[in-house]
Formats: sequence, C-alpha cells, structure tokens
Amino acid sequence: MTTVAEVLDALEGVRDPELDQTLVELGFVTDVAVDGPSVAVRLRLPTYFCAPNFAYLMVADARRVVESLDGVEEARIALEDHFTAEEINEAVGRDAGFAEAFPGEAQAELDDLRVLFQRKALTARQARLCDALLAAGRAEEELATLRLRELPPGADADRCRQLRRELGLGADGEDPAFVTGDGIPLAGPDLPRFLRFSRLVARSLEGNAGLCRGLLETRYDLKEPEEVAR
Amino acid sequence: MYEKNGRKYFVVDGHVHFWDASPENQANKYGEGFINCFYDYHRNLSPEEYVWPLKKFQKYSEEEFMHDLFEIGYVDKAIFQPTYLRDFYTKGFNTTEDNGALVRKHPDKLITNGAFDPRNGEEGLAPFEALVKEWGLKGVKLYTAEWFGASKGWKLNEYWSYRYLEKCEELGVKNIHVHKGPTIWPLNRDAFDVHDVDHAASHFPELNFIIEHCGLPRLEDFCWIATQEPNVFGGLAVVMPFIHSRPKYFGQVVGELLYWIGEDRVTFASDYAIWRPDWLVEKFVDFQIPEDMQSELGTISDDQKAKILGLNLARLYDIEVPAEMQVKETEEQAIGSDPVSVA
Repeated sequence: MTTVAEVLDALEGVRDPELDQTLVELGFVTDVAVDGPSVAVRLRLPTYFCAPNFAYLMVADARRVVESLDGVEEARIALEDHFTAEEINEAVGRDAGFAEAFPGEAQAELDDLRVLFQRKALTARQARLCDALLAAGRAEEELATLRLRELPPGADADRCRQLRRELGLGADGEDPAFVTGDGIPLAGPDLPRFLRFSRLVARSLEGNAGLCRGLLETRYDLKEPEEVAR
Repeated sequence: MYEKNGRKYFVVDGHVHFWDASPENQANKYGEGFINCFYDYHRNLSPEEYVWPLKKFQKYSEEEFMHDLFEIGYVDKAIFQPTYLRDFYTKGFNTTEDNGALVRKHPDKLITNGAFDPRNGEEGLAPFEALVKEWGLKGVKLYTAEWFGASKGWKLNEYWSYRYLEKCEELGVKNIHVHKGPTIWPLNRDAFDVHDVDHAASHFPELNFIIEHCGLPRLEDFCWIATQEPNVFGGLAVVMPFIHSRPKYFGQVVGELLYWIGEDRVTFASDYAIWRPDWLVEKFVDFQIPEDMQSELGTISDDQKAKILGLNLARLYDIEVPAEMQVKETEEQAIGSDPVSVA
C-alpha cells in the first residue's frame, strides 16, 4: 500500500509555478490521507484571492503526481479557503481543463503561463549561479564560455537542468551554461545587462516567496511554517 | 511635513482609502474574503504596535482617518484611489463620491481620483465625463481585476480602454493609476502582467501611468517597461511596509527602482488604512541601502528621498510646494533607462 511518505515525496515534485518552490516546502500541503488505493490531499494557499490560474496548476499537478504512484487508483485533491476552490476542485476531480473550470472566462489552457514562469525561474536560478561563480573567483567574461557541466553542483544547477529539459532547451553537459529564457546562449557583450536583469528577476521571485510565506503564517497563525509529519 | 536633522520633507501620500468593509456592507463571501486578505497584509507587514483590531480595520471613522494622516502622519496632501468593488460590497468599497464628500470638507488636504470601467462601453463615456467634471478629477485609479458580471477583469490595451483614455486626455485627466489584481480576462493569462500598460503608455505619451505597488508581484516586468516608457511611474503602496518587516528586500527594491527608472518616477504611498504613513515616513527618512548591497545598488540621498516622499507627486498633481522643501534639479539619469543598452 502507498504510504503518506511516498505521497509527500511525490508532492515534492509539484511546485508553485509562480515561486518555483515546492508545495511541501511552502507549507501548502496540510494533510495527506491514504485509504487503500485512495489518497486525499488537502491544500491551502497564502490568501483567499491567490490567482486562480496558478492555483489550478498546483491542484492539477498534485493530482497527476499522486495518481501516478503505484497502488494509487484515485487521488482527491482539495484546495481549501480559496475563492475558486469549488470550481478548481470540481474540474480537476473530473479531469477537466482550466477552460472548463471557468467557462467563458478563459481562452486557452495554461501551457503558455507555465512556460512564462519556467523561464522566469530559469533566469532567477542562473542569476544565483552566476553570483556564486563570481564569488568563487571566476571572471565575469568567463561566464559566457562555461558549459552546463561546469555549474557549481547543488539545487540551483539541478533545477536549471530540469527547467531546460521542461522548456525543450538543451540540457546536455556540453551545452552553454547560461541561456536566455528562450534558449539563446549568453554572449559576452550582453553579460552585464543579463546579470543585472537576472538578479532583478531572482530578487522579485525571492521577495514574492517571502511575502507568500509571511501571509500564510499570518493567515493560519503559524509560528514556524509547519510540515506534515511523514 | 516631516522634519529630520534640520531638513523638511513635503509629504504627498499617493494612495489612501476611506473604505467601508463592515459586515453590513459586505455583499457576499468575496467581500469578507477581500477585507480579510487586506487584514493579513496589514498584520503581517506592520510593526506590532500599529496593528488594529479587525473591527476597526473593517470600518474606521473620518476623525481617525484625518488624525492618522494629517495630525500624526506628516502628510501634506493625500490622494484617494477609489476602488469600487461593487460585486463585493453593497455600497462599494470606496467610491469617488464617498471620497469626494471628504475632499469637499478638507479641500486643502485631500484630492480624489475617479475611475472608469471600459466594459461600460459607449454608455459609460458620458457618465465618466460627468464624474470628472463634478469632482474636478486629475487622475483615475484603474483596478483591472474588478469583476463585472461574468467578466473577472480587463486590460488596458483594448479598444474601449483606449476610448476612455482618449476621454481622459481630452478632459485633462492626466494621471492614470493602474492597479493589477489576481484576475483578468482571459483568466488563463498572468493577471499581474503589466505589459498592457506598456502599450497604453506609448500610445498616450501625454498621460502619466503610475503603476501601483511598482508592479508587485511583477517587479521585473514593471522595471522593464518603465525603462522604455518615460511616462511610466512606480507607486510605492505595499512596497513601503517592507521597510520594517523585510528591510533587506526593501533595500533591494528601492535600489532596483533607482537603478532602472530613477528618482523622479517613484512615488510614496501608505495605502492607508492598510498601513499608517507616520511610521513609514519616519523609517524611510532614516533608511539607507544596506552596506553589503551598495557596491551594486548604490545609496539613496536625502534629495532622492524628498522627491519620492512628495515632490514627484506634487509635480504630477500641480501641488504647490514651499520653496524651502524643493530640491535643486539635477540632470542625473537612471542607468537602467539608457535606451541604447536595453537588451
């Protein structure tokens, strides 16, 4: 039988697309219940009015990863305390897309939105990697010549490779280490501007994540962000 | 006016509210959810001693409003940004008329902006013109996440938005405050995206577009478009309180704003009653970019603070500023706004 820990491990693969952090680390997962082949997950968000498109993606992604576990036949994901919780839970529960969840309000599914934020996430991760390389003594001009395999190992490098695969950009060790959001290798003359803007994106994402954590703590009166016991 | 170390700062609060979110005025669960969301921002980002009970936060008196802004808040002029939210609140959250009534009592201290909704189409143009004339409006506050029947929002770069902006131009309503929220039409798009403002700002170079919250949570998109459009400004509502709760982040944001768009296009706001201007002004005048960021982000001078706290908005709203509180003009340009180097 599937265990709660396995479900949580699977949920580690689901991110808030806007913040590029996992639902588990953000404290959005409040409960996991396993009953034979049936799994129920409860989710919460920092505010009642968090954007419905991102909320939908998190619920749909959560269902997908939990249902893909061996031994799971049904995954029910319940988003709670959100102004469109009913619409989202209902639609995801019957495998309906976003446009079906909000009839008349959407023109398409959320693929473009996801790509947009994967690009932002890639940019932000690269900014941190560039800064780590510069701090370790690399010269700025060198950054444009580095290969992907030369990135300092760690979460940012792993996530960069993952994002590049998801975006369909080259993720081979010999591919250039740093690319723009649409995959163009970084060229030397663009470097100062690239670094400056990438840092801004990184600060923006980190700032938003910090605010979301703070609002969640306030909303649910948490002293420390809680984690579901494994 | 705020005075520190012998220097006097003229203070214009560019974003204040006199709202009614009491349970009697809440039309549904959305009205309740909306004010609770504001309240969490208030509780999360305010120093503890400035946190109000929920009941007072839902509805405060005119006396409290005037006291907090003008008796203890150092504010010389405050600008109302009406937010109608008629789908959430029976009488609206705060309308031009509600605000206008206070302006008539305190014309030396208060300014009200108005609002339009392009989804009113042709039928809405004449009432909008009447609103502008009745209240002598120089600005509008546009909330693009406002619900309207089945629609959950709108964009600036659409036909009817342009028709209303043309009307603004014609009537001398030159300050367009844009506030993004969590919903938009179509709902599959990023509701916080500010690129529609980019289009509108290039189409209407004579209008000023003040993007509230400096585009947060899309600071990067805001900075990007502001570098390209000289008539795009950043309003510091919601950014300001981070000065207390997350000073490092606040330093980053202010440093980025000065780098990308410069000291002449950033404007102070408390977003009262979410935050009170007194502690925001006090902390801002004492603020400096943290030392470990200065090599990249530079520092902020008293002249720059004076512009941000009041002089920039005074310029946009033709507010007279005493000579002793003016700043000698410089030719300095934001580095990031150099159009040649934009990648």
